[in-house]
Amino acid sequence: MSQFAEYAISALLLFGGAFTLVGAIGLARLPDFYTRLHGPTKATTVGVGAIMLSSVIYFSSVDQGIDFSEILITVFLFMTAPVSANMLAKAAMHIGVKTVKDTEGNPWHQ
Amino acid sequence: MFDRLNFPQPWLSWVLFLTWQILSDGVTGGSVVLGLILAWIIPQLTHGFWPERPGFKKPWRMPAYILRVLKDIVIASFSVAWLILSPRSPRPVFISYPLKLEHPLAISILASTISLTPGTVSADISDDNKTLLIHALDAASDQEVINDIYNSYEKPLMEMFQ
Repeated sequence: MSQFAEYAISALLLFGGAFTLVGAIGLARLPDFYTRLHGPTKATTVGVGAIMLSSVIYFSSVDQGIDFSEILITVFLFMTAPVSANMLAKAAMHIGVKTVKDTEGNPWHQ
Repeated sequence: MFDRLNFPQPWLSWVLFLTWQILSDGVTGGSVVLGLILAWIIPQLTHGFWPERPGFKKPWRMPAYILRVLKDIVIASFSVAWLILSPRSPRPVFISYPLKLEHPLAISILASTISLTPGTVSADISDDNKTLLIHALDAASDQEVINDIYNSYEKPLMEMFQ
């Protein structure tokens, strides 16, 4: 493995780890359910994206030749994360979860 | 019995077949056979969920759209991370977004894009498919978010589908 690849992998791992940590902090710090919903969809998009990229670089530099399986994991994650966020939001609106009091606008009831 | 041995959605079948080849460790006889079986059976099983064919008019614009979304995800992630760590509290807003897209697949791509880009989650769609309910984590005004989404995502999608 070249030195450049090692640095790139370390940087991406640190970057992805930092974003996942911030997502977790957000889950604890944000005021209500709807704002906390932003944590999981965000931390996964950038944090997991960076970690997957580092995995692609590692296996490409070890095995010679790009391995696409990690890219597929990222693609599947990007396709499923919005759906789960949408389902959580719909369920919260259905049972009437309270919003934080300075929220503008209202959730629907249909 | 043999009249079901066809591929009603050739593009979906191709995507499934290629995805299976990438997932399995190297292209072998077994993976080709299993890939063909999956490419045949999954479109048959999910046939009922696709009332109309996805009507891509200009599919070659898709890669540019995906690159733009990826760029926006990275940029906007920093602002959300900064917001989480900064002491001031966010100003969450529920926004009713007036949809101009009509195709169901286009609307679901737009809704997924909104959920993936940091700071906004699409929460619900009205029964007549005309309005999308969006929850924004931190927004100064409704109109600003609506204009942003329209210019950067809905307009390119409209060009792609209509």
